Amino acid sequence: MALPKYTETRYRVWHYFYITICTCVFFFLIAPLFVIFPLSFNAEEFLSFSEGMKNLDPDAFSLRWYKDMIYGTKNPWGLAAKNSFIIAIFATLGSVLLGTVAALGLSSRHMPFKGLIMATLISPMIVPLIISGVAIFFFMAKAGLAATHTGIVLAHIILGTPFVVITVTATLSGFDHSVTRAASSLGSDPVNTFMKITLPLILPGVISGGLFAFVTSFDEVVVVLFLAGLENTTIPIQMWTGLREQLSPTILAVATCLIILSTLILVTAELLRRRSERLRGINR
Amino acid sequence: MSSESKQILTTDGIPLEVSLKKAERKNKIKAFLLVAPLLLFLLITYIFPIGDMLMRSVDDKMVTQMLPKTFESMETWDGKELPPEEVFEAFYLDYKKLIEEKTFGKLSTQLNYTKNGFKSILKKLQRKMKKFEEGNYKEQIMAVHPRWENVEYWRAIKRRAPAYTSSKYLKGMDMYVNEEGKIVNVAEDRRVHRILWIRTLEVAFFVTLLCFLMAYPIAHLLATLPMKYSNLLMICVLLPFWTSLLVRTASWMILLQQQGIVNDFFVMTGLVADDARPEMMYNKTGTYVAMTQILLPFMVLPLYSVMKTISPSLMRAGKSLGGTPFIAFWKVYFPLTIPGIGAGCLLVFILAIGYYITPALVGGASGTLISNQIAFHMKSTLDWSFASAMGLMLLTGVLAIYWIYNKLVGVDNIKLG
Repeated sequence: MALPKYTETRYRVWHYFYITICTCVFFFLIAPLFVIFPLSFNAEEFLSFSEGMKNLDPDAFSLRWYKDMIYGTKNPWGLAAKNSFIIAIFATLGSVLLGTVAALGLSSRHMPFKGLIMATLISPMIVPLIISGVAIFFFMAKAGLAATHTGIVLAHIILGTPFVVITVTATLSGFDHSVTRAASSLGSDPVNTFMKITLPLILPGVISGGLFAFVTSFDEVVVVLFLAGLENTTIPIQMWTGLREQLSPTILAVATCLIILSTLILVTAELLRRRSERLRGINR
Repeated sequence: MSSESKQILTTDGIPLEVSLKKAERKNKIKAFLLVAPLLLFLLITYIFPIGDMLMRSVDDKMVTQMLPKTFESMETWDGKELPPEEVFEAFYLDYKKLIEEKTFGKLSTQLNYTKNGFKSILKKLQRKMKKFEEGNYKEQIMAVHPRWENVEYWRAIKRRAPAYTSSKYLKGMDMYVNEEGKIVNVAEDRRVHRILWIRTLEVAFFVTLLCFLMAYPIAHLLATLPMKYSNLLMICVLLPFWTSLLVRTASWMILLQQQGIVNDFFVMTGLVADDARPEMMYNKTGTYVAMTQILLPFMVLPLYSVMKTISPSLMRAGKSLGGTPFIAFWKVYFPLTIPGIGAGCLLVFILAIGYYITPALVGGASGTLISNQIAFHMKSTLDWSFASAMGLMLLTGVLAIYWIYNKLVGVDNIKLG
């Protein structure tokens, strides 16, 4: 973004003004995440930087809140983490399975009522979560699935499938259908064709849809608040209760772990996106 | 098709046209069968329950079923004067049955929704009824409490006769049906819901505007920078996008509290005195700041994906044809980004209008939105039919926005990252 030498002064000023604004916005976006990180190592119980921390005194930092998170008495985080992972994994598997199969049907040019069906399939993404929560709660209560893991997994499959449907249909839109026809003409049955030809090619889309579904389930709190009993507490629910009652540094330790997890997911998603772009670039 | 094409036969002697149609139908069924499992799953667990919400929100069978004889005898009553003896007798019999079934408490709750004051007089009636003698129920009931002599209470009962009601929707708009059967506003100091609707729209609108103003420059920068720099800066957008909502809300709670970092900074730079730290959380400011930061990536990503496709030579062409950079931007670049603006604004507005978690945590009393009210009725007052009605009103609004957007821009333009 270097300016050419002949730029007039007023455009020069405008340019630096523009760069300053951008810097401020980027700072606004990312800075709040970095506040959590040092504070989670605070040796004291306060949620602000102590004098010792400002002077980088090593005694002012400690791992006590991480220890509290893992070994603390009557600690809910262990159970919550276990539940969160179990629920998110099953919800992701369900979403990916249902979503991918549906996306295959949707991208067929023979699909009848495409618009209407697509709108129905992605509706859980558009309808405000609170309404989805109420509706799903009514269903689960009637079906006797409230306060069960199964109920929460099903609810998260509902919320996760739209992401899989969208990412997989997007991948399939650049898909060269002549390769599947070639496979069939060489005597492969449809299932074999799917497993050997289609799936490897659309895999980046499937995985990135799965990542969306995983994160949706792992972060989801509105619907779970309606559905969960004491046994089904999840990390978001524990954070929600903690934030409502009192903001303890243990929450910041958990939050730091979650930020690390989301960084890992971000890196995976980015690598997949680039791979998929590269593959599609070759196809064209 | 001409008659010639009809002559063409396949090897098994079927006309080609028929055979093609058959193959087409087979493909259609195949495609549909692939979609069917998800469609069926969503219909059962999601779409029908939303329909169930609609039923709940208008359903008023409870009172109808509790007082069957009363409503039957009331059919001929014009409601001008006190009802005749038959009505009193029917009411006595219905209420007696409810007492035997121990469900009379529900009736008093329900009738109290229609008119205040029913709770105490029904309770009193229940106690006195044990000593009632047969016959002449009108006088015996009226003797229990003077309110039973008031025709307005009997009219209130009659208003609950229909099995369906719009009262929950009216309540959601701070209106009700008065004694004369007209729809009127509730007293000015009790119009809580309208304030919430207006506040929700206001917050959603300004958050969308703020997001747009902040996202446009950075999306432009990301789209025009060389790849190696823009990928690095993209992390600033994507990391918050992938980070848990509660983590981001928590960090705002730390930043905005009175002894928090933002306030510390204000004091340090001398903007405010140490003893006059402004309250930035548990009010609308908190809601605005936190929601804008949380929803900003949803505006940046669609804008970026549109801006990425705009060739820089277009701006150069604009400038070489004599436009200043600003005119070239306004006449050439900006119109091309409108699909991105539309997608981003729709996404942010729809997300903001249904926001629940962040306002509940940082909004306090003056920063909560309509979603919080719905959750409150679902979890605390347990008035599920009212929560359903409010939810459906919100849903109608969202669908209307979505429909308008679809007409103007087209939903196909939505992209994820």
